[in-house]
Parts: sequence; structure tokens; C-alpha cells
Amino acid sequence: MTDLAGGNVQEINSIHTSDEARARLAKRYRAEGNFKWLGRSAIGVSVAFLLLLLSSVVSQGIPAFTFNFAQLPFQLNAETLGTDGSDANALKKADYDGLVRNTIRGEFPHVTSRKGKRLLGGILSSGAPVYLRQQVLDDPSLVGGTKTPEVPISDFADLYLKGQITPSSYVDGGANLTFALDDKSYSIVADQPVFTDQLKAAKARLAVQAASLRDEQAGQLRSAAKLEGDIVAYKERLAAGPEADVKERLEKSLEKTEEDLKLVRVRIEQLASKADELDARIANDGLGETLTADMPSALLYVGGGVLKLTSVTNSTATAEAYMPVAEDLSAAAPSDWRLRNMEVVEANRKFSDQEIVWTDELVERGYIRNGFNSIFFSRGASREPEMAGVWGAVVGSALTLIVTLALSFPLGVAAAIYLEEFAPKNRWTTLIEVNINNLAAVPSIVFGLLGLAVFLNYFELDRSAPYVGGMVLALMTLPTIIIASRAALRAVPPSIREAALGIGASRLQTVTHHVLPLAMPGILTGTIIGMAQALGETAPLLMIGMVAFVVDVPAAFSDPATVLPVQIFMWADFPEPAFQQRTSAAIMVLLGFLIAMNAIAVVLRKKFERRW
Amino acid sequence: MSVATDLKQPEAQPSPESVKMAGRNVSVFYGEKQALFDVDLDIVENQVVSLIGPSGCGKSTFLRCLNRMNDTIDICRVGGEITLDGQDIYDKAIDVVELRARVGMVFQKPNPFPKSIYENVAYGPRIHGMTSTKDELDEIVTTSLRRAGLWEEVKDRLDQPGTGLSGGQQQRLCIARAIATKPEVLLMDEPCSALDPIATAIIEELIDELRERFTIVIVTHSMQQAARVSQKTAFFHLGKLIEEGPTEQIFTNPHHQKTQDYITGRIG
Amino acid sequence: MQFWLTLLVVLLVAGGLFYTGRSRAFAITGGDATVLHSKPEFHGGMVLIAGLLPAIFVYVAWLVFYRYFADSSVTAQLATELSGLTALEQESFLRGAFNLANGQNVGNVSDAELKAIEAYRAFNGAANLILQLVLAALVLGGGFLAWRQISISFRARQFVEGTVSVALIAASGVAILTTLGIVLSLIFESLNFFQKVPFFDFLFGTHWSPQSAFEGAGSEASERNSEVFGAIPIFAGTLLITTIAILVAAPIGLMSAIYLSDYATPKFRAVAKPILEILAGIPTVVYGFFAALTVAPFFRNAGEGIGLSVSSESALAAGLVMGIMIIPFVSSLSDDVINSVPQSLRDGSSGLGATKSETIRRVILPAALPGIVSALMLAISRAIGETMIVVMAAGLSANLTINPLEAVTTVTVQIVTLLVGDQEFDSAKTLAAFALGLVLFCVTLMLNVIALRVIQKYREQYD
Repeated sequence: MTDLAGGNVQEINSIHTSDEARARLAKRYRAEGNFKWLGRSAIGVSVAFLLLLLSSVVSQGIPAFTFNFAQLPFQLNAETLGTDGSDANALKKADYDGLVRNTIRGEFPHVTSRKGKRLLGGILSSGAPVYLRQQVLDDPSLVGGTKTPEVPISDFADLYLKGQITPSSYVDGGANLTFALDDKSYSIVADQPVFTDQLKAAKARLAVQAASLRDEQAGQLRSAAKLEGDIVAYKERLAAGPEADVKERLEKSLEKTEEDLKLVRVRIEQLASKADELDARIANDGLGETLTADMPSALLYVGGGVLKLTSVTNSTATAEAYMPVAEDLSAAAPSDWRLRNMEVVEANRKFSDQEIVWTDELVERGYIRNGFNSIFFSRGASREPEMAGVWGAVVGSALTLIVTLALSFPLGVAAAIYLEEFAPKNRWTTLIEVNINNLAAVPSIVFGLLGLAVFLNYFELDRSAPYVGGMVLALMTLPTIIIASRAALRAVPPSIREAALGIGASRLQTVTHHVLPLAMPGILTGTIIGMAQALGETAPLLMIGMVAFVVDVPAAFSDPATVLPVQIFMWADFPEPAFQQRTSAAIMVLLGFLIAMNAIAVVLRKKFERRW
Repeated sequence: MSVATDLKQPEAQPSPESVKMAGRNVSVFYGEKQALFDVDLDIVENQVVSLIGPSGCGKSTFLRCLNRMNDTIDICRVGGEITLDGQDIYDKAIDVVELRARVGMVFQKPNPFPKSIYENVAYGPRIHGMTSTKDELDEIVTTSLRRAGLWEEVKDRLDQPGTGLSGGQQQRLCIARAIATKPEVLLMDEPCSALDPIATAIIEELIDELRERFTIVIVTHSMQQAARVSQKTAFFHLGKLIEEGPTEQIFTNPHHQKTQDYITGRIG
Repeated sequence: MQFWLTLLVVLLVAGGLFYTGRSRAFAITGGDATVLHSKPEFHGGMVLIAGLLPAIFVYVAWLVFYRYFADSSVTAQLATELSGLTALEQESFLRGAFNLANGQNVGNVSDAELKAIEAYRAFNGAANLILQLVLAALVLGGGFLAWRQISISFRARQFVEGTVSVALIAASGVAILTTLGIVLSLIFESLNFFQKVPFFDFLFGTHWSPQSAFEGAGSEASERNSEVFGAIPIFAGTLLITTIAILVAAPIGLMSAIYLSDYATPKFRAVAKPILEILAGIPTVVYGFFAALTVAPFFRNAGEGIGLSVSSESALAAGLVMGIMIIPFVSSLSDDVINSVPQSLRDGSSGLGATKSETIRRVILPAALPGIVSALMLAISRAIGETMIVVMAAGLSANLTINPLEAVTTVTVQIVTLLVGDQEFDSAKTLAAFALGLVLFCVTLMLNVIALRVIQKYREQYD
């Protein structure tokens, strides 16, 4: 083989097989690998977010699916209600408020103060009387009967029973105790230092307070320094001999600044001394402390009752009774008592120790039943979280969607049939097509504005009514259905149409008898997906007023109603933790419906899709 | 039977060590369907081998095996052995990226990238890191364009898009692009079928010049073209290699009846 | 209740008309229906259409214009009582009387109101009576006329099919009507607004605090109003959050599309694509809830941890969640765009010995760039129009800043805030919402049109 001009075999061969080339190749493959990982992590981000969202929603929402009810011994008889059950009107008007109040107070007769009684009543839901009344009206045989009705407990009591107020731990008794009662306060003496932990915790709180005082002190020192600087500046300017009116202004400012400085210095003194005081107390290990609401609390279970510690030293304590103890209680062996430490301080939670003790007592007495939260699934909105339900919104959504479907499906399919089968290809049809494509991309809130301006303002239709909401959503869903139906119609091969026309069918007959049935699965799939999107829409319905607080479950298309996503939106604003749980539960319900609808669409598509 | 008159002079019998690429028992399956049946073919260095045969006979399939382009098709399976310089190209140790730098391809329909002419040609050298300075890259681009016979026509407009050229020019651009990576073998899949006769003639001349540097395998529908440009011809029919040999012999004195039928126009 | 009753009556009437027509068709043939030009059902349909359609038109017209006539009549009758009131007061007086007239309990009202109520009730009674008579006459008359036309050679089918065709065209026209409705109502209300607040003050003003807007007339009010309705901070906030969203969605969406179309195994695709579709199907209110209750506090706490002050309604939180919501959108659009790059380019690049990522980065993406830009424009349009996420997670007060850790407000948030609540429809605040809506509509429309143009040109390039 001849030697080629301008290049030899060796050179050509080694360009791609040399070590250098191989090294470059390895680098390129590394870049390829990185690129692939980039792609994987991109998908990973989406997956991770979805999992995060779903798990957060589900974990927050699951507790809302169960609820605790109190089956107290309500005395439902002619005496308390004023009727034996035969007079429906009287039943309606009976004093259930009083009945509920008396029953719960009857369980804790030792509670006598007004404040205490009010607190006690708060353990049950404020909607308990209404709930009780509903049960009696539904089943008058309860009056004078043996079945015990139940009422919902308050939202915070329910949260407590679900373990979401505060964790607590029990410590067995580690010493002998002696008790002395002075008025309402118990003095406790132990022969071992069993209250050290509580004392230490109290001291720790003091340390936190001291630290914050010192922080503030530092801030004030900074202010003082600044003020001092200002004073020096003013003095300098005055020394420079300014004009009369300027001089007056400067002197005034100087005076004021000096006053401010004085106040700041006083404050610094106060803070310093307070902080020092606290430091002294903290340093003194043996010095007892009063247990205030921002210190971890402790309960002493002894003598058939519960005492709450009000102050402690290492081996002594004072306490007050939250549940009555034995009258003659004077001593207790280690096996007779135990302590319970609450982790979250009382000041940081909305359910006090007293309420905790009472609720525990109700559980002890067997009155509490943990069951399915039927309230959530059968009632409408309410300001009280335990009485709030999602059913009103579900019915509202259903009514609205029915209207949406009834309007958008016929119109959408009709328009699609016209555009696909009949319309000549001229400027007008192109205009309509462009129009539809644009409408599909218009933000949903603009449809809300349209609804507000035209339906509510011009036609003066009812605010907050499902039929108006349905009309707005129908306008929004129309482009989707038209586009999906056109695609389904297009997918039917022309041979079908030609065959029908060949027999002499008119165009309309061809479409209705032959093409439409074959395109129906695709049209239905598109419609279901469109409905699913409409179900999740919130913004346009906000505009037409479906934010109203709707308590009653709607029954007609013109009743005020709200829809599920708007309900979620409204509840998301309420700060109570019980509402947060219910919002998440409502989201689960909404997602459940959406999954069902999309699953039906997918099944429909798989089952009836034909490959032409 | 009239075949092009300017046949190439028959080459001397090739010595075994100058076989550049060889196929042994090459079979190709698309899923269940078999497209190539036990093909044995040698490709000698600095020779032009043309693969001829009726539509669907497997010649393009075989060509695409030589640079493992069939790998891009999921359901495609290749059996047998194909070697480059004695190494099995389907061996794990051989890198397909490296292989394709050494075995270049020009496609049936010109497919320049929507980039400038310069960038089109510079693409290969860039990604393979063949140069370290701009001057070196300029040199490769210029040389490749010259060797592809395109330089004079585009030297003043190297930054214009490659897609703005005529069909024939685009194909020459693709040839320049392919040879810019300094491959050892150049595969051409019916390179002139989308071009007019004048462009075709230009490219056929080009092939003859390129033969000095590269080994070329060309698939062609036109027997006249095969006769004009190649030293060796292989005739495929229905996935089988029917006959192969020096071009002159195939066209004047085929051994196989099918070859005869094809050449005379009775089949295909 | 009344709705269902009316529906029932309409259905019965329709059924009756249809049946009459059909029987007559049968009757005139003496039993052999094949003699007819059109099937008996078509004759029945013709009678139904002839009877019902005019009546429906009249009823709809009555619904639309009734109020106008009622108001005119009552206004004429109460000319003296209304003479002292301004136009607005008259309107609200009439509206109140109208509502009371239609309600049950009247309660304590003035003499003038009582007279108005009675006038309305009288008009209602008379109008209803006339309406019912007219409708009945139309139904019977139309039905009868059609019934008389029934003969063996009468082309009933053409009539019915013609009517149906017109109905189909009308259905298609609804789309145009909707767009017209949107444009007209937005423009109309915005013009009202621009009478109270000058256009340029709105578009270029930098101070937005509608709470301090004045109602009523007077130059002081309008001067004040033109100072508090400056929309620049709102546009800036929208831009900030949209930018963050696109910075999140564009790379992730694009890379997802690339990976799914070029690298993923069919099994992987079968799992990943549904997940992206699920992400796309989650209602935005759920995203907003998650953004407000989980993401925003997380950023705030994280910020505190490293000494930064992060608002609890930071643009970062809202923008991030919005970006994630848009990922499936960008991904599916990019997927379409990438797949429309011809295979020949891919082959050309592979044939030269490029790795897959090199082919994608150097050939495919540059070639698909117009399409990708267009996809991003559509995504931006989507982000700008998004409401719930920002309403729940972004701020309410206008703040002109580029710091993503601060709270900003957007156009959609302001539209919602201005309109959700009890306000007179004509107040400057409510109208401002329409002006914002007009801007939103125009901007998204423009983006969509440009994006579609770009995609069209880009497709032409490759076909």
C-alpha cells in the first residue's frame, strides 16, 4: 500500500485510539453520566415533592377521620325536657343547653367556682346541645329510654385524646410523702429529693428569662451609645455658633436626647438588676421555685385524685387539687403515688392541665367513645372545628358540576360536530378555532370577572348559587370539551363517513348514527377530564361570591352553596389546629374524587379505544 | 446489456493484512423478522466497495452494522462478527463513540445541522477534542471542505447556515463533516439518490479522490454508479449476499443467475 | 320547586307536540309509512320545533328585557316620589323595592316604598299573564301551522336537519360570544375605572393602597385616588414571583422531558409520566395550602437559622411552589418540541460519534430552541394567570422590591382581594380589579399568540 500524501496510516490510526483520545473519551462519558443524573434528579424533584405533599396532607388529615364522643348520662325524660317525646314542637324547644350543662357539672360536683364551671363546660363542644337535640328529634324514643345519646367533645379535648396537645411521661413514686392541708393548698414533704427534676426545669426556664433580659439590656446599651453620640454631635454644632433659630432647634433636640438617655439608663439598671436577681436564684440550687404557667408542669396522682404542684423545692412541694383526693389523706408510700410531667408548658398550649385531668377522668369513667367522624361527613360549615363538616361543600360541588355538565357537554359536542363535520374552511371557521384555542388559555380568574360583571351585575342572578357557578365553569370547560371532542371525531376514519354517505344518509344522519357513537368514548374521556378540572377550580367561584359562610347543606340549585376547593381555601385561614386537620381531610376527599374521575376516564379510554 | 464503459482497472488480489473491515456470518433481526442471513464480506483498505441489490435486500442494513448505527433501533439484534482492523466492533472493549469517529457515515438525504457551515464541519473535531487551538480547528475545517470539493463555493460564507445550500452542496457539506473527524472508513448510504445528475457527477468524482485517504463502502441503487466508482461490488438479494467480487467481473461475467437477472433488469 | 315544575310542563308540551305530529304523519298514509318523504319522527320533530322554538325565543327575550320594562313602568308611576333623588339613589331605591316585591315579608317600609312595591307586583302580575297567553298562543299557533303542513311529500327531514344545523352553528358561536363577553365587560368596567383614575397614573404609578381610596365625587377624591392606584408594584411582584417560578420549572421540566424521551426505559416512563400527570392534576388550592402551611414556614425558620430575615409570605415560597406546579406543563410541551426534531439530525450526530448528551446539548436543543422558548412563554402566561397559590402564600400589600425573601403581591391576588367582600359594584376599588383583569387578559393573550406563532414557524421549518 502506498504512502498517502498528507497523512500516514499511523497518524490516522492514533488520532482516535491514542491514550489521549481514550482519556478524552472517558471524560465525555463522565459528562454523559452526569447529564443522565441531572435528568434523573429532575424527575426525582417532582416525585419527591409529590410524595412530600401527599404524605403531609395525609398525615395531617388522617386524625380528622376519627373523633371522640362523650356518652354522658343525659337525663332525657319528661322532667328535663318538658315532654315525654310525643310533642315534636316541645322537643324542639326544650332546654338542651341546660341539660348538657347540668350533666357535665353533675359528673364533677366538686367544681363550684364560676370560672371552673365555665372551663368544665368547654370540654364539650359548644355545638353539643344542637347535636343532642338533633339526635332526640331524629329518634324521640330516646326520651325516657335506656339508650344513651352522645355528644361531640371540644376540638382541643379531641386533640388531647389524639395525643397532639402535649406528650407526657409518668415517674413512679420514689419516696414516702406526708400531706398537710391548709385551706385549699396541700403541703407535701418527701423523705427523698423526688422533685429535683421539676426544680431543675423551673430553673432552666428562669435561665431563659434571664438570657432574654440580657439580650434586651444589650439592645438598650446600643441605644444608649447612639444617643451619647448624638449628644456629642449636637454639642459640637452648638459650639460652632449657629444662627438663632437653628440654635434654638438644636438646644431643644439636645434636651430631648438627654432626657431619652436618662430613661434608657434607668431601664438598663432595671434590666441588670432583674437579670442579676434571676441569676442568683438559678445559682442557688436548693432555693424553691413557684411553678408558673411558662414552666413545665407536674401532676401528682395520689389518693384517688390528682394534685397539681404549685411550687417545689428538692424534697417539698405545695399543690392544689385538680381532682379531689381522699379526705383523710396524710401519707403515701412510694407505691401509692406517681408523678406525671407535661412536656409542653401550659402557656404554650390551648388546653390546660385542669382540662386534661377532667378529660382523663371522663375516659376513666368509660364515657368516651372513639369512632368515625360522622360529623365531618354529614354537616356543613361551622365556626367550631369539631362541628364543621365537608358535606355541604360536597353537595355544592355536585350541584355545580351537574349544571356545568348539562351546559357544556351539549354545547361543546355540538360545536365540535359543527366545526369538524360541517364547517367550510373559510375565515369564519378559522376565527372560531383561533377563538377557542385562545379561550382555553385564558386564566380562570378572568372567567370569574366575566361572571361577576355579566351574571351578577347585569343579570342580577343570585350570588353564591350553584347554577351561576355552574354557568361560569361551563364557559371555562367549553373549550376543553370542544378540543377533546374534535380530536375524537377526527380519529374516526373517513371511510366510515364515506360508507354512510354512499348509502344515502344525510350528513347529519351520518354524524349522529355512525360517527358520533364511534367517537363517544373519546368525547366522554375528554368530558370527564374537563369535569375533573372544573371540580378543582377555585378562583372564578370566589369572584361570584361562593365564599359565603354556608352552614346548611344546599338542597336546590339556587340555594347558597360553596364548593369543596373554596371550602378548603376558607378553612386554610383558620388557625385552630383542628381546622388544619380538617382542611387536610377535605383535601383528601377532593383528591379522592379527582382520582376516581380520572381513573374512570383512563378505564374508559383503555376499554373502548380502538386502533383504526 | 450496457454497463458504463469506463470501468475501473481491476486491482491486484488484496493481501490479507490490508483488509480494513470484515464481516463473518453477519445476521440482523428486527424483533422476530430476520433481515440479513449470514453475510461474509471483506472490505479492503483504500478501496471502494459498492453494495447493490433491489429495494429491501438488506444492503443498507449491512452498511449500518459497520458503524453500529443499528444500535439506535431498540428491536434490532446483530449476530455474527464484524471486525475493524481485526477487532470485533461489538466487543465490550470497543467504544461505540470511538468507533463512529473512525467509521464515518453519509446519509441518503443530506442532513446538515441547523448551524453555520463552519460549525457543521467543526462539530466532529470539537466533540472529539481533536484540536486545542482555533487555528488547528480552522485548518481541519478548511482541509475537509477542500477535500469535499466545497471550499471554493463557501469560503466566503462560512458563517451562513448549512441548510441554506443547494441539495448537492448540502451533501458535500455532510461529506466534509464526516471526513473532518479523520475517519478510516467512510460509509455512504445512497448518497446521490436525492441529488440531480450534475451534483451526482461531482460527488462521484469526489469519491474517487477520497479513495486515496479513506476506505469507502457505498450503497447504491444505480448499477452504473457502482460500475463507475467502485473496485469491488457485492450483490445482495432478500437479505443474503449472493455474490461479490471485482466490479468488472460482476458486471461482465456474473457467476450467479440472480446476479445476472438483476444486472439485466429482470429482477429489482 | 318552580324550576322543576316548569321543566316538567315544557317536557310534556314537547312530548305532546311530537306525538301529535307523528300520529298525523302516520294517519295520512293510512298505515304505510314508507310512502312518506320523511319518516314520521321527523314530522313529529317539525311540529315540536315549530311550536317550541318561537316560544323559547320570546321567553328568553322576556327574561332579558323584562327588568327594563318593569323599571320604566314603576319609575313613570312614581315620578313625583323619585324626583328628589339622584340617579344612584333612584337605582338603589328601585332595586330594594323590587327585591321586597319578590320576597315574602315586607316589614316596615315607607309609603313611597310601599307604592313602589305594589307597582312592581302589579306589573309582575300583568306581565306574567300576558307572557303566559303569548307563549300558549305561540305554541298552539306554531304547532298548528306545522301540523297543517304535514303531507306525504313534505320535506320534514330537511326542516328538522336545517334547524339542527343552525343550532350547531349557534353552539359554535358561544365561544365567540364568550370572548366578546370577556373583552366587552373588561373594557367597559375598565373605562369606568379610568374615568376615576387616569390611565397613566394606573399603569405607571408606584403607590398601591386601595384601602385608602376615597369614594364619591370631587376633585380631592379623584386626586387622592390617582395616587393610590399605581400598579407598578403589583406588576413588579408578579414579575418577581413568575421569574422564580420559571427558574424552577424551566430547567427541571426541560431535563425531565429530555430524560423521559431519550434515556428512560419504557418501565421508567410508565411510572414517571403518570406521576407528572398527577402533579398536573392536583388543584391549585392544594398547592396553595401546602405553600402557605409547610413551605413558607420552612423558609422562614431556615432563614432565621442562618440569620436572614425571611417573610412568612415570601415570594420565594410562593414562586417555588408555583414553579413545581408548572413543571408538568413545561415537561409535556418540551417533550412535543423535542420529539418534533427530525430523526435525521439525531442520526447525523450519532454517526459522527457523539454521545447522547452531546447530541442533545449541541444539536437537538439548539434546533428545538424556538419551540422551547415558545413553551416557556406559554408557561410564563400560565404563571402570571395563576391565582390560588399566590392568594394563599403571597402577600397582600404592594411592595416594590427584587428581594425574593420579602412579601410581594401579584395582579391576581389584588383582583381577588378587591372583589371578595361586600363592596358596591361601582366603587373605584371594584373597578380597579377589572382594570387589572384587562391587563392580565391582554398580557396572557399576547404571550399565547406570540408563542403559537413561534411554534408554527418552527414546525414549518421541519415539515
